[in-house]
Amino acid sequence: MMPKLPVGHWTGWRRHSGRSLVRSAGVRFGLMYAALFATSALALAVFLWWSTAGLLQRQTDAAINADSQGLSERYADGGLQALNDSLEQRQMDNIDDDAIYLLVQPDMAKVSGNLDHWPSQVVLNQEWSDLPILRAGVRGMARVHQFALAGGYRLLVGRDVQVRAQMGRLLTSALLWGAALAAVLGIVGSMAVRSLFRRTLADVSATAAAISAGNLARRVRLTGRGDEFDRLAETINDMLDRIGRLMDGVRQVSNAIAHDLRTPITRARMRLEDASRPGASEPALRAAIERATSDLDGIVGVFQALLRIAEIEAGARRSAFAPVDLVPLLQDLIELYSAAAEECGQVLQAELPQRLVCDGDRDMIQQAVANLLDNALKFSPAGAQVRLTASAATDGGVCIVVADHGPGIPEADRARAADRFFRGEAARSTPGSGLGLALVQAVATLHGGALRLDGNAPGLRATLLLAPGGAVMAINSPKPQPVVTKPGA
Amino acid sequence: MRILVVEDDKEVAGFVVKGLREAGHVVEHVANGRDGLFLAATETFDAIVLDRMLPGGVDGLRLLETLRAQHNQTPVLFLSAMANVDDRVRGLQAGGDDYLTKPFAFAELLARVEALTRRGKGDGPQTKLMVGDLEMDLLSRGVRRAAQKIDLQPREFRLLEYLMRHAGQVVTRTMLLEGVWDYHFDPQTNVIDVHVSRLRQKIDKPFPSALIHTVRNAGYMLRAES
Repeated sequence: MMPKLPVGHWTGWRRHSGRSLVRSAGVRFGLMYAALFATSALALAVFLWWSTAGLLQRQTDAAINADSQGLSERYADGGLQALNDSLEQRQMDNIDDDAIYLLVQPDMAKVSGNLDHWPSQVVLNQEWSDLPILRAGVRGMARVHQFALAGGYRLLVGRDVQVRAQMGRLLTSALLWGAALAAVLGIVGSMAVRSLFRRTLADVSATAAAISAGNLARRVRLTGRGDEFDRLAETINDMLDRIGRLMDGVRQVSNAIAHDLRTPITRARMRLEDASRPGASEPALRAAIERATSDLDGIVGVFQALLRIAEIEAGARRSAFAPVDLVPLLQDLIELYSAAAEECGQVLQAELPQRLVCDGDRDMIQQAVANLLDNALKFSPAGAQVRLTASAATDGGVCIVVADHGPGIPEADRARAADRFFRGEAARSTPGSGLGLALVQAVATLHGGALRLDGNAPGLRATLLLAPGGAVMAINSPKPQPVVTKPGA
Repeated sequence: MRILVVEDDKEVAGFVVKGLREAGHVVEHVANGRDGLFLAATETFDAIVLDRMLPGGVDGLRLLETLRAQHNQTPVLFLSAMANVDDRVRGLQAGGDDYLTKPFAFAELLARVEALTRRGKGDGPQTKLMVGDLEMDLLSRGVRRAAQKIDLQPREFRLLEYLMRHAGQVVTRTMLLEGVWDYHFDPQTNVIDVHVSRLRQKIDKPFPSALIHTVRNAGYMLRAES
């Protein structure tokens, strides 16, 4: 029986997450998300600032420069009078009323312009300055450029940038709000990421915990979205299915060992006990010992077969795979068994191509086919025909069929016939361990193939499929030459 | 023959030593790998029966590898509970001449040890095998008995060749299956007996005396009537 699962047992990791948030992967990923989000928001703000406020400032500077250039050329061409006219003209033309001009004499007295006096903040050796100004009773910000003209005159050219400064402030506050919003979104997003992780991993973790607590039927839930997590869940579920099958196999084997080996062991034990009773004659004693020994040999044989099946199922021998030409291999087996068949008046027929190469383990294929032939001959009556056919299967791979006219296996039993220790009703009276087909099945599985059992009306048709989809080389002779052996041949 | 048995299990060792002595061999027994290696390297044996898992820091594989590294070619039969195909392959790769898994029948062990010592003598390239009035020419692949030609199938020829090479020794069914067919599994049915009985039909039936004898609970033996 499975142990009862303690409630909340699998939520252990949640307790830890409270203690050490930093160690939680969910929190880490959340923080990473927030940091990434903040960085990109900051980059966006910097770009916005540079392309709006920065652009305005650069445009202002360019306008002032152009203005200064033009005015100094006027002065150079037409002297003070021409400059004065130009200044007048430009003030008139300036619709936005944001231009600032001031021409002063060498003693800093005003000659013309729209400023009353030289602003005290503008030092003589500094070309560019930003300063607050008072114009027509309105406070504002200005950016000015001052330079000396010939004859000791100085000219101040500037622009009122009050609008620009306002826009800058507006932009700054917008960006600050934006940053705050980004922070909030980042936190919310990171929490969402973390909870997504938690939800996804919680199920995996819960499943793993349930499995280790003994509930092998538990599986990871699929969301059906087909994303990476679903694929992970599928992989884990496949793994659990495989483990489950192996566990079933182990359970089945241990049950079978308990049941099926008890009988021969009991028999051997009884014989020895019976023989050791006083008064037994020496020949009887010897016979009893001999039969007990052969019982024990049978038990050892069963163990060896079980271990061999386990060895094959573990798949460790796949490293011994090499291309094998099945035709001589099968011919040898036919040759080995046909003698025994003839003794019993049975006919063993084979139909083989000229050459049939597939990737596999030679010893195992030999043993699997030998088991099939063993079975076919064992269950066939005298005079019956057993037929072995080998061919390249349609989907690649190799198809080896052993068909007999024996009692066959009832359809209801066929699915279980390859289970370890399974013995059909018809087989109860014949010697055998019930492991032959299990071994064939294991060999087929190791070779990526399968063992199929069908009726042969009457009899059994066992199909051993090897390496389907694998590379197979088959050369068929123009006309398959059946190797036929007949009694007395 | 002088045989060294390296086996740590007292019961098994006692059983093997007793059996080999009863079969007329001189047997030395040690229970650990170090002593085994010392004895095997300093004295001359016709065969060594070697367990794989041994106490004393030197296991069977190491013992054999060390021995082979010293160009000691004494035939070695592994006697081990490690029965996997890979274990067997590793044992033979390390220089073992034969591999028998526990549990085993003593008749099988004896037959294999005696077969080993024959193999160990190094027959050299033989062209003719003779047992009594039975004669086998390995070059022309012809078989005669009492000057009478006998026709054999290729497999029957190989079966007879194996029996003749081990004439006077017990040959078990497993040995025949491995030596003649190169099969390393145990067929359920009595396929080997059928083949031997067919060979008998050709070799023994037409003649007054039998050469192929059945050894109860063990196997077969080819020998001329004394």
